[in-house]
Amino acid sequence: MAFVSSGYNPDKPMEDRISDIGPRFYKEFLPPVLEKNYGKWVSHEILEPGLLVHEAESGDKVYTVRVGSARLISTELIREACAVAKQYCDGYLRWTTRNNIEFMTTSLESAKALKADLNSRKFDKGSYKFPVGGTGASVSNIVHTQGWIHCHTPATDASGTVKIIMDELFEEFTNMRMPAIVRVAVACCLNMCGACHCSDLAVVGFHRKPPIIDHEYLDNMCEIPLAIASCPTGALKPGKTELEGGKKVNTILVNNDRCMYCGNCYTMCPSLPLSDKEGDGVIIMVGGKVSNRISMPKFSKVAVAFIPNEPPRWPTLAKVCKKIIEVYAAEANKYERLGDWAERIGWESFFKKTELEFTHHLIDDFRDPAYFTWRQSTNFKF
Amino acid sequence: MAKHPTPLLDQLESGPWPSFVSDLKHAAEVRHKNPKGIELQIPEDVIDDLLGLLEMSYEDGTTHWKHGGIVGVFGYGGGVIGRYCDQPEKFPGVAHFHTVRVAQPSGLFYKAEYMEELCDLWDFRGSGMTNMHGSTGDIIWLGTTTPQLEEIFYELTHKHNQDLGGSGSNLRTPACCIGMSRCEFACMDAQHICHTFTNEYQDMLHRPQFPYKFKFKFDGCPNGCVASIARSDFSIIGTWKDDIKIDQAAVKAYVGGEIPPNAGAHAGRDWGKFDIQKEVIDLCPTKCMKYEGGKLTIETAECYRCMHCINVMPKALRVGDERGASILLGAKAPILDGAQMSSLLVPFIPCEDPYDEIKEVVELVWDWWMEEGKNRERLGETIKRLGFQKLLEVTNIKPMAQHVREPRTNPYIFWKEDEVPGGWSRDINEYRKLHQR
Repeated sequence: MAFVSSGYNPDKPMEDRISDIGPRFYKEFLPPVLEKNYGKWVSHEILEPGLLVHEAESGDKVYTVRVGSARLISTELIREACAVAKQYCDGYLRWTTRNNIEFMTTSLESAKALKADLNSRKFDKGSYKFPVGGTGASVSNIVHTQGWIHCHTPATDASGTVKIIMDELFEEFTNMRMPAIVRVAVACCLNMCGACHCSDLAVVGFHRKPPIIDHEYLDNMCEIPLAIASCPTGALKPGKTELEGGKKVNTILVNNDRCMYCGNCYTMCPSLPLSDKEGDGVIIMVGGKVSNRISMPKFSKVAVAFIPNEPPRWPTLAKVCKKIIEVYAAEANKYERLGDWAERIGWESFFKKTELEFTHHLIDDFRDPAYFTWRQSTNFKF
Repeated sequence: MAKHPTPLLDQLESGPWPSFVSDLKHAAEVRHKNPKGIELQIPEDVIDDLLGLLEMSYEDGTTHWKHGGIVGVFGYGGGVIGRYCDQPEKFPGVAHFHTVRVAQPSGLFYKAEYMEELCDLWDFRGSGMTNMHGSTGDIIWLGTTTPQLEEIFYELTHKHNQDLGGSGSNLRTPACCIGMSRCEFACMDAQHICHTFTNEYQDMLHRPQFPYKFKFKFDGCPNGCVASIARSDFSIIGTWKDDIKIDQAAVKAYVGGEIPPNAGAHAGRDWGKFDIQKEVIDLCPTKCMKYEGGKLTIETAECYRCMHCINVMPKALRVGDERGASILLGAKAPILDGAQMSSLLVPFIPCEDPYDEIKEVVELVWDWWMEEGKNRERLGETIKRLGFQKLLEVTNIKPMAQHVREPRTNPYIFWKEDEVPGGWSRDINEYRKLHQR
């Protein structure tokens, strides 16, 4: 494994240096039919699950086959997708914002062959490599974060929880029998890189224990004032403590009752870790959306305050997700998003129908916005 | 034979959804076989150790990744995120495992040959594992060592005409929906403005100068496929002002059942015959539509462009011709002060190359936020702390009813001294002439 240089000279880092050139220009990568009809598309139709057709003013048509992916993928799998694109699509392919891969062709026959080919490709242990679906009134692919595979603050895994939820809801990915689109998201901590705060169904990793203080190292590792300032609830203060052996050190003291376990202090100071096997788990949030369609965009609401981490297959989480989706699918009107359905029937009915327990943890107690979620009315349902 | 046994992860190989564990194992195998004879620049068993480390997390329920530390390429403050595992003796292959963010082309389109070139580079100098894509949109390369960073950057820029994305307190790589490439709803050229802004603001993207991260997202229409309203500090959403264009013959074809509603999105279930009254007219949030005598009419002045009717009958209805964008500011996820949705600042603005009107708003907002924002405070939090009026003031935008969902319910109105005749300085002796002590 000898070091091979591509040409960079560390002695003269500025020599021939190219920087700030940005990404490649997207039009280099547009399939010719898309470039020709850019901005001149007139309509589209979903011919069958995972197969779309778009029609342009010119009469040109492009057929798209959409497949799910795990997001965490190897160059091997990317190369296989590229080979498929070369075989059927003149080498063009794209990803969607929900981690699906799309293959486009101008012939329906070719699109159908493409769909069959993609559905036939499986890993050795049987899971699909490129399952076709994720269109229309379905559960599309889950947007998610890194989890235990690569992040330093997660309270749960993301790739694993996504795998078990999508296994559970696989039929809903390959069919279009939901009342409306169901957007699912997983974020492995409250930072929510995965946009859980506005999804129909969202899983959020969550710690439940205040940070452990690594007194011995804290003052050497961290800027104490920065870490203290990072706490949204003022739970931290500077202090001193005596280590075993009598050495006195500057450190941070935590008011445990004020901690909301957001992990922001840990991001500022690695001597304040808070992950814990029993403490960590997930929250389930429901009813958010980003579209302006029919109703306003809205935030997700907490439906289950805590489900423990149960790796590798998180059975309780899978069961609760499936239950919520099933009840929604059975009860909601056509075009009605999950949050709109819950608002129409009332949240008290939502909990009854989904058989989820309403606990004190579901009543907001965080700052001003909490007040706006309490009921100031006698209009409620028994 | 696997380097580390993974009995827990193995249970994620069953079930229909693509198994990332199967993919990782296969990738590890190919790396060992090394059929192309690549002079691997990071350990051959990097993926084995990644699996071993993840198995350990599955056993003990916590992560094994440490804080990043400072790594990157010369002259950039973003684009690379340092990552080290906390069990380097057991898993030396991932002792150093940095993330590289590669700026994505607008709309996430690729040519296979180009993608394969990137894969070659990443197999040679990295782990071969990726996220396609990260939540902000970049191509994410997971796992390389510090000595490889400059080499990766050199090769990206010199051979592939490709730059890194953003991280840290920088502008993050702007992202957009599919836009005009393949969507009939696009009211603006989302891909073009995204590409233009990405290039225009490269300095902000690569060199930290903000209080915290800053995200642009561009949605071509109010359907919001890239979630700009919820996920970006500066949300630009395509919209239009004039009449929705109606093809009455196509409306009749929907009513008659010749064209499936909602582009066939509900085909998996029998919802009964399409009923335009129930499914379109009655669901219109502003009740601005009528279907009478076989003719659909829309009272444009009452329409607030929610997209529902257009989504249901895309072959009959089209967005109007007077197109532009709305600008909304301040969305963010919950940390620290709770989640925020973007708030409307500019109801309508032209969205044509070179986008000078929009850039002017951007730069005024940045000037203010860089001056007033606290360390690690997102724009939305600064706006909340200092008030929407302040935002209007610094952007020279006139207050209008569109800015609020409803006027304020409390009368605690702040006035500026120069708004009150005579100002605030008064003479107590003059006052006492009329009021005894």
